[in-house]
Amino acid sequence: MGAERNTAAVPTAAPRSGARVVLGLLWSDKFAFVAALFLIFVVSCAVFGPLLLGGTATSMNLRLRNFPPFTLDHGWLFVLGADSLGRSMLARLMVASQNTIAVAAAAVAFAMTVGGVLGLMAGFLGGWFGNIVMRLADIIMSFPSLLIAVVVLYMFEPRVANLVLVLGITRMPIYMRTSRAEVLEIRERPFVAAARVMGASSFRVVFRHVAPTVLPTLTTIAALDFAFVMLAESALSFLGIGIQPPEITWGLMVAQGRNYLNVAWWLAFFPGLAIMLTTLSLNLLSSWLRIAADPTQRWRLEIPRGRDG
Amino acid sequence: MGTYLARRAVHSFVSLAGLLILVFFLARLTGDPTNLYLPLDATLEARQEFAERHGFNDPVIVQFGRFLSGLAEFDLGTSIRKHRPAADVVLEAIPVTLGLAAVTMIVALLGAIVVGSLAAYRPGRIFDRLASVISLASASAPDFWVAITAILLFAVTLGWLPTSGTGGFAIEYWIMPIGVLLIRPFGLMVQVVRGSMLTALSSAYVKTARAKGVTERAVIFVHALRNGMLPVITVASDQAAGIANGAVIVETIFGWPGVGKLMIDSILYRDFAVIQASILITAAVIFTINIVVDIAYAVLDPRIRHH
Repeated sequence: MGAERNTAAVPTAAPRSGARVVLGLLWSDKFAFVAALFLIFVVSCAVFGPLLLGGTATSMNLRLRNFPPFTLDHGWLFVLGADSLGRSMLARLMVASQNTIAVAAAAVAFAMTVGGVLGLMAGFLGGWFGNIVMRLADIIMSFPSLLIAVVVLYMFEPRVANLVLVLGITRMPIYMRTSRAEVLEIRERPFVAAARVMGASSFRVVFRHVAPTVLPTLTTIAALDFAFVMLAESALSFLGIGIQPPEITWGLMVAQGRNYLNVAWWLAFFPGLAIMLTTLSLNLLSSWLRIAADPTQRWRLEIPRGRDG
Repeated sequence: MGTYLARRAVHSFVSLAGLLILVFFLARLTGDPTNLYLPLDATLEARQEFAERHGFNDPVIVQFGRFLSGLAEFDLGTSIRKHRPAADVVLEAIPVTLGLAAVTMIVALLGAIVVGSLAAYRPGRIFDRLASVISLASASAPDFWVAITAILLFAVTLGWLPTSGTGGFAIEYWIMPIGVLLIRPFGLMVQVVRGSMLTALSSAYVKTARAKGVTERAVIFVHALRNGMLPVITVASDQAAGIANGAVIVETIFGWPGVGKLMIDSILYRDFAVIQASILITAAVIFTINIVVDIAYAVLDPRIRHH
């Protein structure tokens, strides 16, 4: 299996290391390259931002209330202006990135794990269990996820854990369906039959032999889903039932800035821009990944681009 | 085909029932509406009387039984906020949302077909690359932020359009809500149209059509598009639930009295009857759309029709 993948990754005779090949493929799609750089920047903001700027983001300076952006009069921290309490927008954006990313990552991880396992079992066991799982997926999918989230978040208090749970559950169906469909095909393959003949239990067959084969597909979906979950979390925080103040996320910052639209447009504009650029980068990168991972399409990235077409 | 549709209808019905049970019990757990509707200093008797009148004193399971027996007579209960039958309240809001969704879907679909086909016609050219990035950007845009930015630009700064509200068929009230609502479905569908048109345009039947001298326009819009449309229809029908999501945001921001806003308001005011009625009716509409799409599929694709 490993050897097979290696030969596929090296297209020409010249032996090159895996990382070099990936970087080369990335460099040939400039949009994807910029997107990757931006995502690295956002992730480092999320990891280090609160450590470095946690104090700055909450320190108020009432003389700088609604200070306009794009001037360096008060240092680079105020280059994106200040909010209605004179707190640095740049510092707040960086601190908010941690909550935004963490909630989305946790929700996607939850959806992928639970949805994936349910789908695996549905595909492998079939019968009434498989039917129930599929109907469950239908129910979740057929109804606007935002409204389910609103009902549930009113029932429990809008704490971070509940938010993650709700976002995760509404995104589960896609993993349930995909892993079930993959299992239905994989379980007919010889290596599964071989494992069975050698006396492996159903549990072992599913989690030891089938699951690793399904995992790459699920991971690809998860990358795209991350963008979707981020948008959903922002919408919930915007409606006031996501993350609660004093915690901040980008969506909540848009909601808070909405009240100052007439006097300070930057309060709502920059956090929304951050959401959009992050989801756009994720989408650009995953569409690059689809081409790079597809042997029949990869040549598009490998040929030197002389002229378009 | 007939049996398939029947099975689909049964599945939809089961899903609908599951959803309804879920929502009924979840909504009851959100808290007691008595405190919301009576003044703080209301006497205990007044509270008792209110709860008694609306049946909140009975066990939840009894309330559920009463709801089911009402449902059998098409009675969805009474709105405690508006003192009117819940079904009437919802049925007033449905046309607003449906109108919004229908116009959005038509504009997004037509736009996506034109842009996606043109992009697929010459893949890799400047138009194609531009269309790809723009469609990705619009699929990534947070709709509430776009709405706010649009209000800021077109209503507050330029003063071209009203900030919110509905004005019957006056077009200036429709431009911003439709524009915001169509951004995401449009972006998604451009990508799907482009993908399926790429496949269709490189197929054998398109080569045959060209070889026998069919005009280029007919090749694209008759031969390729008709085959390329199938995946687009699937995605479009999946967007029905997505547009309902967007409608919640758009109706809240622009103050449209549609189902989305109604549901958010009813949840805020613990108006259980209206929550149930609107979920039941919205889900029924979405299921109907799905079944209609299945039929459209069969009409467009003879291979399915003859199964």
